[in-house]
Amino acid sequence: MTAPALVRRNVAEKGSASAAPRHTWREDLIGWSFAAPFVILFGIFLALPILAAFLMSFTSFGIRDIQNPIGASFVGLDNYAKLLSDAKFWKSLGNTAYFVVVGVPLTLALGLVIANALSRGITRFRTAFRVGYYLPVITSIVAIAVVWRFLLNPDVGLINMLLRNFGITGPDWLASPALAMPSIIAMAVWRNVGFAMVVFVAGMQAIPAMLYEAAAIDGAGRWQAFRYVTLPMLRPTILFMLVITTIGYLQLFEEPFVMTGGGPLDATLSVTMYMYQQGFPFFHQGYASAIAYVLFVIVAAVAFLQFRFLRTDDAPMEATR
Amino acid sequence: MTAAQARSAVPAVPGRTAGQRAPSQWWIYLLLILGVLLMVGPFLWMLLGSLKSQAEFLVSTPTFLPKEATTGNYQRLFDQLDFPRFFFNSSVVAVVVTVGNVLFCPMLGFALAKLQWRGKRLIMGLVLATLMVPAGITLIPNFVLMRNLGLVNTYPGLILPFLVGPFGVFLTRQFMYGIPDELLEAARIDGANEWRIFWQVVMPITVPVLATLGILTFLGSWNSFLYPLVMAQEPNMYTLPVALATFATGQYQADHGMLMAGSVVLVVPVLLIFILFQRWITEGIATTGLKG
Repeated sequence: MTAPALVRRNVAEKGSASAAPRHTWREDLIGWSFAAPFVILFGIFLALPILAAFLMSFTSFGIRDIQNPIGASFVGLDNYAKLLSDAKFWKSLGNTAYFVVVGVPLTLALGLVIANALSRGITRFRTAFRVGYYLPVITSIVAIAVVWRFLLNPDVGLINMLLRNFGITGPDWLASPALAMPSIIAMAVWRNVGFAMVVFVAGMQAIPAMLYEAAAIDGAGRWQAFRYVTLPMLRPTILFMLVITTIGYLQLFEEPFVMTGGGPLDATLSVTMYMYQQGFPFFHQGYASAIAYVLFVIVAAVAFLQFRFLRTDDAPMEATR
Repeated sequence: MTAAQARSAVPAVPGRTAGQRAPSQWWIYLLLILGVLLMVGPFLWMLLGSLKSQAEFLVSTPTFLPKEATTGNYQRLFDQLDFPRFFFNSSVVAVVVTVGNVLFCPMLGFALAKLQWRGKRLIMGLVLATLMVPAGITLIPNFVLMRNLGLVNTYPGLILPFLVGPFGVFLTRQFMYGIPDELLEAARIDGANEWRIFWQVVMPITVPVLATLGILTFLGSWNSFLYPLVMAQEPNMYTLPVALATFATGQYQADHGMLMAGSVVLVVPVLLIFILFQRWITEGIATTGLKG
């Protein structure tokens, strides 16, 4: 590489906003040769479908249109208008909100408690505990849902078997409209608490030990150290986890699919599950795309709030020219 | 004074020494152990259930331990149902998807972190914008696309949409951004072109990140459900989660022993990977917030 090129590169990498770097066609070619495989696959199977789903949501796309997608008839905002008066859609939205509003705080609170116990309460067997709590996170949700359905089985399930030992006749958890969603929430919290724990433990490791020393000198106990040192220092991590977990929980699907089929009486029908039902057994793909886009907008709003409130200096992804 | 306290460099203050953790207490261990039992319990229940015969589920008082352990459920999985085939399908998809991500994502990550080219900002913006997109949104258009390409019920149909992903780019780009430019300049002065620099300087340094990416991608693909549920419509292309969910919600829904055995087959490979690589996984997760 020639000396002027080196200088120019260095200038470019210092990143002064005014001096927009001029690239030679050679540099462009090298850059794109690295980017090409990703960009092609990403374009065809991710970017294009996101756009296509948007367009499809304004059509009456159905099973006859699959052979000739361009021929689908445009219906304007009909699908969205229909959603507004679709009681089943509102039910699915309400169920999903229930799952998120109860499930997310429970997951984070428990994750925080366990992380704090691991980081500050004990000194031995940390890895063993971490592995134990993390076990369900890496496991297939389908397998977990199958196992939990069996655990919750009213006749041969472990939970009612244990209750019977205390003389209690347990309910048919998943067949009760009132208990089905709480059961699914319990399972989701059980599965995801380890994820929150691992992220919180990492966040706690980054808190300078001298803060705890100072707190101890001031006579702070375990609870006060948690309340006045850990919690404030962990705020960005907690907010981050809040967003990630909310986005994940908004997409609830496998659990009701395997455990309840969305029932009883649609008590566990989630938005993604309703989209799947409309799109596949019924082949109302235009309508299903509208449902998918409503969920997309909700998720995007949550993500936007994250970028709005969580802008921290640890984001070198932003530091690009 | 305990050994830990004695080691503390900070002078003692009355009651407790600064510069150390609060003393461990037995009740914290006890609660944590109870918690771990709650976590592990369902897995034990699954394993024990898979060893029970169907007759044992019909008796009026079910038990935790099988009265007579049997491998009959596993035999039925392999003889009557096509579980070896599902296992093979899941493996092929997960391995190819992992290779694609571990190869193509760092290539773009490198171009974004260390090269100057027109279109870079646009691509970076697109990758960032799709980080949070719900999987459901691309499902229907991809199905229509695959149907028209004749790829429904094929391996390419299951694999192609997942061969690259924004998370892999995010992860590798973040790491490569921290590699000192001097290192690359030194190689350039020695006459290496960008491809040699990528393979011989950057990729070797990036191995830990690639390991994390590879493991998480494999787990994600192995466990994925919604997309293969739609794309594998014939039983011969089912992946393990699709097969298990189909049987669990269909004709075998009361066959608890066999469903538990199917769950074991789905879960055990992942547990082995986790136990072997748990450090890569939990540390990778912690630094990226990326879920397996």
